[in-house]
Amino acid sequence: YRREPSVPLRSSSSALYNNLCVLRAGGRPRTCFGAVHGASLSLVTSDGIGFTHRQLPAKEGSSGLGTALLTQAAWCVLPSRVLLVLTSQKGIQMYESDGSIMVYWHALDVVEHPPAQAVFARGIAAAGGHFICVGTSSGSVLVFDIPPKGTNITVSEVLEQHREAITDIAAELGQAPDGAGDVVTADDTGTLCVWKAGEEFTLLGKIPALGCSCSSVKLWNGIVAAGYGNGRIRLYEAATGILRAEVSAHARWIYALDLAPQTGRLLSGAEDSFIHVWKLSRNPDTDEVEIQHCHAECVTDTQVCGARFCDPEGNSFAITGYDLSEIFRYGR
Amino acid sequence: MSLRTLPLLFLNLGGEMLYILDQRLRAQSIPGEKARKDEWTDVDRKRVMNDIITTMFNQKFLEELFKPQELYSKKALRTVYDRLAHASIMRLNQASMDKLYDLMTMAFKYQVLLCPRPKDILLITFNHLDAIKDFIMDAPGILNQVDEAFRQLIETYSCLSAGEFQLIRQTLLVFFQDMHIRVSIFLKDKVQNSNGRFVLPISGPVPWGTEVPGVIRLFNQNGDEVKRTEFTTGGNYVAPQREGSFDLYGDRVLKLGTNMYSISRPVETHMSGSSKNLVSHAKENIVPNPLAKEELNFLARLLGGLEVKTPSETGFRLNLFTTDEEEEHAALTRPEELSYKVINIEAMQEPGGQAELSRILGEMEVAEPRPESTEKGEDLLALMDAL
Repeated sequence: YRREPSVPLRSSSSALYNNLCVLRAGGRPRTCFGAVHGASLSLVTSDGIGFTHRQLPAKEGSSGLGTALLTQAAWCVLPSRVLLVLTSQKGIQMYESDGSIMVYWHALDVVEHPPAQAVFARGIAAAGGHFICVGTSSGSVLVFDIPPKGTNITVSEVLEQHREAITDIAAELGQAPDGAGDVVTADDTGTLCVWKAGEEFTLLGKIPALGCSCSSVKLWNGIVAAGYGNGRIRLYEAATGILRAEVSAHARWIYALDLAPQTGRLLSGAEDSFIHVWKLSRNPDTDEVEIQHCHAECVTDTQVCGARFCDPEGNSFAITGYDLSEIFRYGR
Repeated sequence: MSLRTLPLLFLNLGGEMLYILDQRLRAQSIPGEKARKDEWTDVDRKRVMNDIITTMFNQKFLEELFKPQELYSKKALRTVYDRLAHASIMRLNQASMDKLYDLMTMAFKYQVLLCPRPKDILLITFNHLDAIKDFIMDAPGILNQVDEAFRQLIETYSCLSAGEFQLIRQTLLVFFQDMHIRVSIFLKDKVQNSNGRFVLPISGPVPWGTEVPGVIRLFNQNGDEVKRTEFTTGGNYVAPQREGSFDLYGDRVLKLGTNMYSISRPVETHMSGSSKNLVSHAKENIVPNPLAKEELNFLARLLGGLEVKTPSETGFRLNLFTTDEEEEHAALTRPEELSYKVINIEAMQEPGGQAELSRILGEMEVAEPRPESTEKGEDLLALMDAL
């Protein structure tokens, strides 16, 4: 992987988990990037010729007091439409994929949370064909039912299995073997829950915390890849919850993981300034799960907070860093 | 985001402020017997430190501080430190206060960024408090207040999880976002680059609880380890020696948050001008114009509270810059400021103030106002008469 020209941002990126989202528009060379800065989301579209910028602000709560900080943003690709979802201290905003129109706003219920606890939404994933799952700081996961068009989005269900703040949610990116589930949710203690999506979500299994917060999670071909605060990456069988691999990958807190579904390449970024590219595979005969290290990249003097592959094979990726006013790109 | 950030922000920034003030006061202090009325003595310095620390650890104030709440805005917090810095006989000009605040915030930003584990922010706070206790060694009454703050910190933060500490850290990093002021001492030590960004080392001990990167372990369906491979990372990490203590007393192990200033390592920001000598406050460089206004303002302040017998009753001005000229220049070139402001004049007009001013003018070793500056001087005298 070599360094490629950077994408400039109108503002620097905040130190938040999974602080980069990427949307590739079909076969076109256009790529959209999004990174959170405080109370707004910086959107940049790169079409190979130039860049266009847009800022989306966090929506203030009804009281209008104080700035609402954003925690995360992600594009949710559903068969019928693509929505851009923003989570903040006040609630959840959903936009059309270019950020032009807000189609839905969900305010967080402050009453649900104990007084001294922070209130925010965090963790976004599209699942089960027409659902978007969003996590909250109380541990509950809101499941939104998304119609093929229009603004008639409703809360289908609230999943209450986690007791600590949700950090990340991931949907199956490849082909799930039987019983392996469609969605995995992760929380601040490191507990992982595997679900089957549907009109009613079913909890298939719970992987207990091993003493460390899980900040980022991915699900691919029935393998859960989880990144932790102690710099480790763990691979679990989604169906059984068994640990299949453990990597002492980073020297500090992992902030982002991404997976390229066509090759099984895994990208990890952490506070230690490093980006690593790994290769996941499963031997079909022996059922062994394997992870190999492919590439290391040091982003000098930068704490990486977002990392995404820019194509489904994982031949290119982009990263954001705290206080960095650009998106670094790398390609093979 | 996190509602538990303010106490940590306040106490750590306060700690840095005290380090800087202590260093500047020491640099400008004169032994008691030799000091003139306008010069800092050791007694003055200790009194300033005690006054500020007493205010900082006031019980009612701490009670308010520890209530779960969102962080103050930068402006609001700056006002708190303005008041705090002036809780004693010391006076700071706008430019010096600006510089003080810049240094405080960049120092704590550095500590938060380089903090190995989010939980170690507590150790950094304890380092600051340990040093504060040293400052007030001779005053057991205030020591109690600081210990009380210690206990409150332990009570509030000991039970928080690593994830909650990371949220606190992320909240602090939002507060410090986009601040890249260059600090001389950081530049010299090569912990900050010339573009204002901090150097993040990729070597040294890993945080407590983290493994040195480089090992891949594979397990079979029964949970047995079946393969172990290694990979190289490019970093040069080693295992940590031991964990710092989170008790009231103990070895914190971590160096972040300890006092990095000393007499030989002066407090400067990179914006400082060409003058390299540490000029003591009483001796002025003979340079035209800019000094004149400054000296008269200084005198105005002196005049306000000056008593012939007890020099320490005056509001003494502390300059964060090497010379008054630098301070003036900094005030003029600071982008956000509109004009150089005179603040906190001790407005106690002595009877026959005019005569007093002349007498003092005669006594003090200050550069005489240049003829060109008479205009400005007259304005200020008129101002002082009106007080």
